[in-house]
Amino acid sequence: MSKQLPSANTDELRARYPHVFNRPMSSRATVPTILVAVLALFIFGLNELEFSPTRMWTGLRELGWITMMMVPPNPGSSLPAYLQAMGETLSIALLGTTLAALFALPVSLLAARNVIPSAWLRFPVRRFLDSIRGIDTLIWALVWINVVGLGPFAGVLAIAISDFGAFGKLFSEAIEAADKKQVEGIRASGGSALHEIRFGLMPQVLPVIAGQVLYFIESNTRSATIIGIVGAGGIGLQLAEQIRVLEWQKVSFLILMILVAVAAIDWISSRLRFAIIGRRAVA
Amino acid sequence: MPAAVSILPSPQLAVLNEAYRRAVARRRLRTVLVTVACCVALFVAAMGAEVNFTTFISKIGNFASYFDRILTLESGARVWTDVNEWFWGWKKWLSLLGETVLISYVGTLVGAVLAFGLNFLAAENTAPSVPLRFAVRRFMEFCRTVPDIVFALIFVIAFGLGPMAGVLAIAIHCVGALGKLYGEIVENIDMKPVEGIRSTGAGWVDCMRFAVLPQVVAGFASYTLLRFEINVRGASVMGFVGAGGIGQELVVAVRKFYYSDVSAILLMIIVTVFIIDIGTGWLRGRLFGKGTHA
Repeated sequence: MSKQLPSANTDELRARYPHVFNRPMSSRATVPTILVAVLALFIFGLNELEFSPTRMWTGLRELGWITMMMVPPNPGSSLPAYLQAMGETLSIALLGTTLAALFALPVSLLAARNVIPSAWLRFPVRRFLDSIRGIDTLIWALVWINVVGLGPFAGVLAIAISDFGAFGKLFSEAIEAADKKQVEGIRASGGSALHEIRFGLMPQVLPVIAGQVLYFIESNTRSATIIGIVGAGGIGLQLAEQIRVLEWQKVSFLILMILVAVAAIDWISSRLRFAIIGRRAVA
Repeated sequence: MPAAVSILPSPQLAVLNEAYRRAVARRRLRTVLVTVACCVALFVAAMGAEVNFTTFISKIGNFASYFDRILTLESGARVWTDVNEWFWGWKKWLSLLGETVLISYVGTLVGAVLAFGLNFLAAENTAPSVPLRFAVRRFMEFCRTVPDIVFALIFVIAFGLGPMAGVLAIAIHCVGALGKLYGEIVENIDMKPVEGIRSTGAGWVDCMRFAVLPQVVAGFASYTLLRFEINVRGASVMGFVGAGGIGQELVVAVRKFYYSDVSAILLMIIVTVFIIDIGTGWLRGRLFGKGTHA
């Protein structure tokens, strides 16, 4: 059981696989160079962002203390208000996503290569959707608060507009992935361009789109919990307030509520998604 | 040609027609029911979210005029007629944008390293023990369900105002998000190399290092770059709660109605996000050109 290969064998192996034993310097140096660069930028970042071991240490101690204060979670006397805020959050997510999907569907057709062959028409639509997506939901919430005032309605519109950008892209990708044959079939039987979309494309893409919308309702429940931080309604407002006044037991209760709500929506939407996909597999 | 289609005698045909009619009617009924259920849910949601269409209609003009206002300088001219005036604070904003990108970078890196360490414990095929796997999974779920800005709110109180809170918030959210994605990659690997390494008498760590890692590293890097991209967006709003970056400046401009500043900062954020998107896309293409790990 010697641990080394017989030396003759090694020589033979060396001769047979020169690129394994004598890798050129350039390829050997790649990984260490990347690692050093990544690390150097990391250290530069730590320095630039005012990290220090003492701050870290006092912060962690403070955090440990906060965590101790959070136990046990306790809503105090504001449970009804919290439940109402949670309902508001769910409403914001549902309405915002639905609005976004309704508006994104026609626009996504304009951004799909197989519907609009002209790149000149598609390009501005795509860049428009990209710019909407480049702005975070919270920023949109700030803008809408200026327009319709504080409250959950601003949140609905913020979620709607930022999802509009995301849906426009996702839907157009789904449309581009659709099978061409069915569209050609409609055209061959004398259908107009609208018929092609309605009877050739839509039956193919609607289940995909429905799945994406359900997934977004789920992820928007998460987004809707935070837009309250800037004043756009929902549970985020309560959460931010309780954090600011250091009511840690209420904070942990609110976080638990969010976790439970998100898990519940997760469960419901995955059941529904399964139902939709299952039906398509049967039909 | 029409002769080739055999016409069934009418009694038989009637049965088939009836069956068809019933099948279609059932499907229509279901569609109507689902539509009604959706409409009811939306209506209830609209009540809950205090949707008010009259406000919306009367205020929608504000939305257009808001964009009109943010594209107008104080002198009344359009912003693009005097770019110097529009981007008067570009030096400050640029350095804050740099800080934003740096927050995202450091946060993603810390998160990725932690997620890297944890995901082998959470994946079904590599976890050394079931209770440990359960605990790690719940921990990661917690990290990714609580939004990063909520962590930032808490960290700002614990660690003080400044980018450090933002970095830690992004890092901890990243642990949850990346840990899950990493775990999924690890669960999809080929187990034969692992068996090969184990048969030589290697321990768990060696198995991970020499059998699992070579299979997953490209996928990991790809997801990490994607996450970095997402985190740049997230870091741009960290300043809303005082956790560093460009967000602070933006929220001040919005709240104090410095209209042209809002458009200038927004434009800079959009351009930065574009550049990062394109840059990471290019990098992913360079690193994994064959598209094996999409």
